[in-house]
Amino acid sequence: MRKYLLYAFLIITGFLTLAPFIWMLSASFMFDGHASVFPPRFFPDEFTFIQYETLFSRLDVSRNLINSVLISTMVTVVSLVFNSMAGFAFAKYRFRGKDTIFKMLLSSMVIPSQVTMLPLFLMLKEFGFLNTYMAILVPGLANVFGIFLIRQYVMAIPDSLIESARIDGATDFQIYYKIIVPLAMPVMVTLAIFTFMGTWNDFLWPLIVFNDSSMYTLPVALANLMGEHTKDPELMMAGSVITILPVMLLFLVLQKYYIKGIMMGSVKE
Amino acid sequence: MSSYGKQGGLINRLVLTGGLVLLPLILLLVGCSKQESSVKEISFWGMGSEGEKIKILIPEFEKQNPGIKVKVQMIPWTAAQEKLISSFAADNMPDLCQLGNTWVPQFVMLDALEPLDDFISKSSKIKAENYFTGIWQTNEVTGKIYGIPWYIDTRLIYYRKDIFKKVGYDEPPKNWEELLDLSRKIVKYQNDPNKYAIYLPTNEWAPFVIFGLQNGSDILRDNWTYGNFSAPEFVEAFKYLIQFHKERLTPMGVSQVTNVYQAFEQEFFAMYISGPWNIPEFKKWMKDSTGEKWGTMPIPGKHSSPGVSLAGGSSLVMFKSSKSKPEVWKFIEFLSTKKTQLEFYKVTNNLPALRSAWDEPIFRDDPFIKSFYEQFQYVMPTPKIAEWEQIVFSKLQQYAEYAARGTMTAEEAMKEMDKGVDIILEKRRWMISRY
Amino acid sequence: MKFKPVYFFLAPALTAIFVFFFIPVISAFIISFTDFDIYAIGDYSKFRFTGLDNYYKLFDNQLFWKALTNTFYFVIISGPISIAVSLGAAMILNSKLVKFKGIFRLVYFMPVVTTLVAVSIVWRFIYHPEFGLLNYGLSFVGIEKIDWLGDPFWSMPSIIILSIWKNFGYNMIIFIAGLQNIPEELYEAAQIEGANGWQRFTKITLPMLAPTTVFITIITMIGYFQLFAEPYIMTQGGPLDSTLSIVLYMYQEGFRWWNMGYSSAIAFVLFVIILAGTLIQMWVQKRREA
Repeated sequence: MRKYLLYAFLIITGFLTLAPFIWMLSASFMFDGHASVFPPRFFPDEFTFIQYETLFSRLDVSRNLINSVLISTMVTVVSLVFNSMAGFAFAKYRFRGKDTIFKMLLSSMVIPSQVTMLPLFLMLKEFGFLNTYMAILVPGLANVFGIFLIRQYVMAIPDSLIESARIDGATDFQIYYKIIVPLAMPVMVTLAIFTFMGTWNDFLWPLIVFNDSSMYTLPVALANLMGEHTKDPELMMAGSVITILPVMLLFLVLQKYYIKGIMMGSVKE
Repeated sequence: MSSYGKQGGLINRLVLTGGLVLLPLILLLVGCSKQESSVKEISFWGMGSEGEKIKILIPEFEKQNPGIKVKVQMIPWTAAQEKLISSFAADNMPDLCQLGNTWVPQFVMLDALEPLDDFISKSSKIKAENYFTGIWQTNEVTGKIYGIPWYIDTRLIYYRKDIFKKVGYDEPPKNWEELLDLSRKIVKYQNDPNKYAIYLPTNEWAPFVIFGLQNGSDILRDNWTYGNFSAPEFVEAFKYLIQFHKERLTPMGVSQVTNVYQAFEQEFFAMYISGPWNIPEFKKWMKDSTGEKWGTMPIPGKHSSPGVSLAGGSSLVMFKSSKSKPEVWKFIEFLSTKKTQLEFYKVTNNLPALRSAWDEPIFRDDPFIKSFYEQFQYVMPTPKIAEWEQIVFSKLQQYAEYAARGTMTAEEAMKEMDKGVDIILEKRRWMISRY
Repeated sequence: MKFKPVYFFLAPALTAIFVFFFIPVISAFIISFTDFDIYAIGDYSKFRFTGLDNYYKLFDNQLFWKALTNTFYFVIISGPISIAVSLGAAMILNSKLVKFKGIFRLVYFMPVVTTLVAVSIVWRFIYHPEFGLLNYGLSFVGIEKIDWLGDPFWSMPSIIILSIWKNFGYNMIIFIAGLQNIPEELYEAAQIEGANGWQRFTKITLPMLAPTTVFITIITMIGYFQLFAEPYIMTQGGPLDSTLSIVLYMYQEGFRWWNMGYSSAIAFVLFVIILAGTLIQMWVQKRREA
């Protein structure tokens, strides 16, 4: 009996959790005005792709989609290299001031990124980076969370592997490149998903550094569209689907790594 | 070595190919390559439907001037000012754009606009006397002209003739008292908690300023360096408008009306203060283009009609950062001919800034536009300062909402208003004392 | 002196963090003592050092207090509820009675990975008083139409509901990990001693989860204090400024009106609040352990 109650509860709450997505998907396939009805429809009365056509032809979201994909990929690749090198250094080397620097980095995580936004904006303006991909790439080059994640993982790699490679004549870079990176692949994948999704979903920073609509990422373009199309839920839902779908698929494919990452991030020092 | 060699090889290749693909891509995107060619491209930013419809006029210009290409970017009205300022902050200005004439001083203050006096003195096409004086003057800041009027507008009242008649107003109200009386009668007649007399949303600042001006308020005092909202003239006008909220003659929240045209059609309200750009939409929704059921009327003054309204509209401005100023000027001249202005009216319904255009029958005979012409005789500009938008958007609308919802009295709200405005204007006071 | 390879590994990341994080933090601190604004962006000579003026102005500004109160309201209500929901979901999914855990976990987790801007837009329509899903659902239990985003009383609860829906899956995963670390024997022993379900929960589960809970509370709090996209998309801070958050206020002052000095001061107040919150959490944890 308890078991069935439990299942009933799980199914109902599960449905409630998904209801917004179901409605979003359904509304995105409707004609103008067909989603503003009472009672709300969970299935389109007449199925159409017209909203998606509008988005891609008239509103040119493909441009925003490309921006989002390129920016997220660039930030992911570059920050992965930077973070893994630093994480490796903190895990396997001894150098002066190591603990101090690491503690400083960790405690800097309590500083909200909003603090840096104004000076960073001015700095990027001086470099001429505003309205270019560099504006997103530059502040995302490295981050403390990533370094921390890699360090935790690499610390568990036995020193003996490194020692024997050194005896074989491997240079430090070869050790990083041929031992650490392959062995740390799982955590690298985890970090890659985190970075990719974080960059994809980010809103405030791209909103600030891009004012050229051809540079907008999907979330910014979507928010901008909302200003003009408050009355068009069907169109907005189609836009939301396009924004959400890629990250959702990415998550579904790599969920094992993502969930592992959350748990690792929560491991106490 | 052998134990990790194989995997390392794979990674090796992955990184190498990834790098080979990404690196040129990054270089391509980061270093924006500038193409040199004989055709000069100028960028133009237009707001809302103007930005969309102006594209119809471009081919003609490009035909006349084969060496120039015009690239148009549309900017939504809702975010236009914000976007322009942030583009200025980011050094990302177009060559020219359309600028609401209340915004001109702000960009002059920022040293972003090119003064046009030299161009005008050499031009055979653009002369001051071709324009309405009041409108021309909105473009003059500290003795120099920074914009050429493109189209003009002002606010007046859209109203439901049929409802007015039903409550005994065959003629539109002539003063504040009649306007209030009429509104009460409409609400009484409709006898429906979901129907109101007039739509005065607190997130539209214009009516509050218009009624203040009508009551003789100077809005800001001492060379526009301090707020003067708590002075009796403004407070009285403000209270008068808040009265409509207090008596529920106007809907309270902004969220209740998602579509003003539909709401107007469904008698959700019978009056709405707005500009000429809305005429086509109202025609469409009311299914009446002759003025049987609805009309436009000048805003009644305190004692007589018409009262004062705002000198609005858009000007064409050239940015200092532009590298193609002569070409830009050619485009401005093109947009300022009578022919283009009339064509522009046909596609956007924006009223021409050129006086000679007004002799055309399409303006003389249109029942909706006639009231605008009447209203144009009684227009005043808003204070010509950079902080104006911030004052009305971040302060006036905020305190109007507080007063309308009864969180503050009108007097308290305006006192707080002045306090906030004085803080905003502190920098202006310093700049004036320094330069 | 010989070149040390470790610096080769450290240099890129540390340089980047130093140049693009630490220098901006210090600059922001300096800017917060100036009246840097749009005039100064056009011409760097047009700003002044104004000492603590920005901070005085801030504390004298009703709108700032409103934003502060709103943000605390959001954090204090939304934080505990979402943590409780996460814990509840984690416990159910950890129960031996339930099969297909993976599927349910996936379903509950779905909102976490989605784009906040997109779901804020979706929810804006869900909250529509006439055609919205929520009012429709509530009509079955006899609740009258609520103007969720238009009524100053309901606007913040609306944002709270959205954020709980969006976020509970994340903490749920961490709690599941925490629950799996609790040795089964503890429960068995308690069962033998005749402890009921509630006693087992308060005497075993909660204390054993304490470190996890502190961690979750800190990250949830830090995240919630930075509330921005939801009000930006759904209400623009209204009605009656009832959903104006600190970060939204900072954004408006800094990047809408370009009062950058003032805006930096707001950012630092936010920083101090988050710092204080974190220290309190850590102190509580230390005392428990002692």
